[in-house]
Amino acid sequence: MITLNGKSVYGGIAIGKILFYKKKGKSVKRRHIENAEAEKKRFQSARTDAKEELKQLYIRALEDMGEANAMIFETHEIMLDDMDYIESVENMIETQKINAEYAVASTSDNFAKMFEAMDDPYMQGRAADVRDISERVINHLCGAGEHRLKLSEPVIIAAEDLTPSETVQLDKDKVLGFITMLGSSTSHTAILARTMNIPAVIGVGEGLSEKYDGRYAVADGTAGVIYIDPDEKTMASMQKKRSEEIQERQLLEEFKGKENVTRTGKKINIFANIGNISDVGLAVKNDAGGIGLFRSEFLYLENDTYPTEEQQFRAYRQVAENMAGKKVIIRTLDIGADKKIGYFNLAKEENPALGYRAIRICLTRPEIFKTQLRALYRAALFGNISIMFPMITSVWEVRQIKKIIEEVKTDLKQQGIPFKEVVELGIMIETPAAAIISRELAKEVDFFSIGTNDLTQYTLAVDRQNTALDAFYDPHHPALLELIRMTAENAHAQGKWVGICGELGADMEMTETLLDMGIDELSVSPAMILPLRKKVRECE
Amino acid sequence: MKSFNYIITDPDGIHARPAGILVKKAGGYSSNIQLAKGGKKADAKRIFGIMGLGVKAGDEVVVEAEGEDEEKAVDELKNFFETNL
Repeated sequence: MITLNGKSVYGGIAIGKILFYKKKGKSVKRRHIENAEAEKKRFQSARTDAKEELKQLYIRALEDMGEANAMIFETHEIMLDDMDYIESVENMIETQKINAEYAVASTSDNFAKMFEAMDDPYMQGRAADVRDISERVINHLCGAGEHRLKLSEPVIIAAEDLTPSETVQLDKDKVLGFITMLGSSTSHTAILARTMNIPAVIGVGEGLSEKYDGRYAVADGTAGVIYIDPDEKTMASMQKKRSEEIQERQLLEEFKGKENVTRTGKKINIFANIGNISDVGLAVKNDAGGIGLFRSEFLYLENDTYPTEEQQFRAYRQVAENMAGKKVIIRTLDIGADKKIGYFNLAKEENPALGYRAIRICLTRPEIFKTQLRALYRAALFGNISIMFPMITSVWEVRQIKKIIEEVKTDLKQQGIPFKEVVELGIMIETPAAAIISRELAKEVDFFSIGTNDLTQYTLAVDRQNTALDAFYDPHHPALLELIRMTAENAHAQGKWVGICGELGADMEMTETLLDMGIDELSVSPAMILPLRKKVRECE
Repeated sequence: MKSFNYIITDPDGIHARPAGILVKKAGGYSSNIQLAKGGKKADAKRIFGIMGLGVKAGDEVVVEAEGEDEEKAVDELKNFFETNL
């Protein structure tokens, strides 16, 4: 078995025979010509034919791949009208008395080199466009027209690189995957693979060669790895991975864009739990209705010192903008207990789970809290941000938080810094105390989100880090369910909404029960959104 | 001659697609239209020249028009830059 590494551009596993696509690579010969005018006419007529062909390709691509991807052919058409390009070809024909094919090939080289010399990788990649349009004209000059790659069986297409026109003309039903030696994530192969949902590994380099033509291979587009002549073990694990991905994709196709509604018409929001900006893509891909829990800890964990207001503002703003108006619930700093950070200089504790953590740190070290609140209120201008506070046990804590918020707003106003005046505020219900006084807490905030993991540990007095206690950690314990029911009832009595952002939210055995309690929102890991939607739609 | 300055806000800068659209648009005027960045100038009716300027987000460009419809060209192109770039 041979293993080759490249860049992953589109996930999925392709298993099949490799077809190495060799470009005909027309060697263009330099010929002396007598009649420059006639040769220029030949060039112009080939150019016109090439443009006509691009028009047809545009129409075809528009149907197959959408306007954004089809545009490339329109851009190519405009390139063929470029006067610098045309003048260069005509000048060469005129002054050097050479054939049009050679003049086009030389011009193509010069223009491609200009792009390759630019410092921006995107522009460097445009050399491929110059070569593509020139090749098209040369094909017409040779009277060859376009050569299409005919596929008789499903294959993994391997090539040095693929031009947009080569890719669009492939019979997609027979393309299992793309693997290329060259290419970047902005190359056309990459873009088209993504649009056409075809696994692709690109930028494999010299390791990929023609000698693999006809060999059996697995291309793992998710990991960016190619296995040639895979051994049994690899084959088995890849087949398993493939069937899982296919299942996931089917779920996506079936349930994306659908409502989270039961058979009897009960609706519920399904949001995503995320722990970093990079997870937003997953949330969007899995059709999250919003972000139900954005853990802000990564900003602190990734830093050697307290993250600045600007750093935080940029992160919150980016997530809010990427979610385009959908709700983004950001939870303020929740460290302590099992998550410790060196520069906070927290003392060692006997009972960290019952110790100095989360809102307790924020309320006693308001300078840290205020930096985060300033960033949040400023970022709230750029999307639909809600703020959520962890580890609440008493009403006075919430009142204290609101007092600090007022101070923050006054400061921002005085400094003339724009911020959003009214931001939805909520608290985590993750202590039995908070659940029991939820009637009072509901008067203070706009929403509750029940953190069932901590609520279970605190209600049952079972340390969730201690595996010896697994038998006693019962997430379906009646005491816990009673606290959840009570919390929901008290929230609704005040006209507030209530969600669940712990593991119980994704527990399909409980979905029906939670729906009956009138829970308004479930926030789960992105991969669980569509399976959960499926479950909700099966409930009464 | 009429002109205007503009700072590019599109995160991709003037890449192939907007360059193509700009060329099509510029081609609709009889005036001679130039796009300049730093010391370099390009004919706004020629796509490779425009792409060759390598205009990125945050770059300031100057668009100049000279000819019969220069006023109209500058007005409309300014609008085009503001909405697309």
